[in-house]
Amino acid sequence: MRDRRAAQESRRAREFEAFVAGAGGRLLHAAALLTGEPLTRDTADAQRLLNTALARTYARWDRLRGEDPYDRTRMELAALFARRGHHYRRPRGGALDRLTPRERLVLVLRLYEGVAEEQTAAALGLPVERVRAICTRAVSVMRSGVPRQPSPPRRGGTAASTPAGAAGAVP
Amino acid sequence: MSSWDRKEDEVRRLMEGPHPLLPPDLADRAAGRGQRILRRRRAVRAVGWVLLFAAVVAFGVWAAIVEPWTLPPTDTTPPLEGW
Repeated sequence: MRDRRAAQESRRAREFEAFVAGAGGRLLHAAALLTGEPLTRDTADAQRLLNTALARTYARWDRLRGEDPYDRTRMELAALFARRGHHYRRPRGGALDRLTPRERLVLVLRLYEGVAEEQTAAALGLPVERVRAICTRAVSVMRSGVPRQPSPPRRGGTAASTPAGAAGAVP
Repeated sequence: MSSWDRKEDEVRRLMEGPHPLLPPDLADRAAGRGQRILRRRRAVRAVGWVLLFAAVVAFGVWAAIVEPWTLPPTDTTPPLEGW
């Protein structure tokens, strides 16, 4: 019993390490796009987010049953960011600075990761039309070249609330 | 290729580029943390089983002593109280 558990643990650790070595860079890239940190400098917040998501994937490793660990980690990352997104509201010099955290999340899942609309909607608990609207808006904001108005830090705000400068067409 | 696809591609290109540097100990740290989550979960499950077992034993002892399935005697009236 003890031997079997030890063998299982070492196998899991080996597989997990190989997985992180292969997919870690791309996952960290996605996480840094979400937190808004520039990719060239220290990505401490993105690393912290990814660390939590990876730990959850590790804890689930033996029960993945054919599910792709990359997909699993990506969805953990999305769920974590959906909950904590409002911490990363202020622009920090990343590529998606002009967007709100939720727009960033939808854009990264849909365009950077290529997740299907339906799957994105299910992961975020939103209707598909809403995801499409957010994505369309995010793309047009990114192409318009207008920098986002820096919003004053608000207490008690949620990730869903958009700053006054960028509210626009979103209902 | 529609203009919408072109716009999407443009934004996609903005997000691409070289991946940020992955700290070499990230996998180890995440694995350690995941292992702690597993151990905690295992401990919680063990406590649950112990509690269930204790409840079953307690019920058994109570049932053996009180024997709630035996009928009260029918040839004596129950004592009258509060009359």
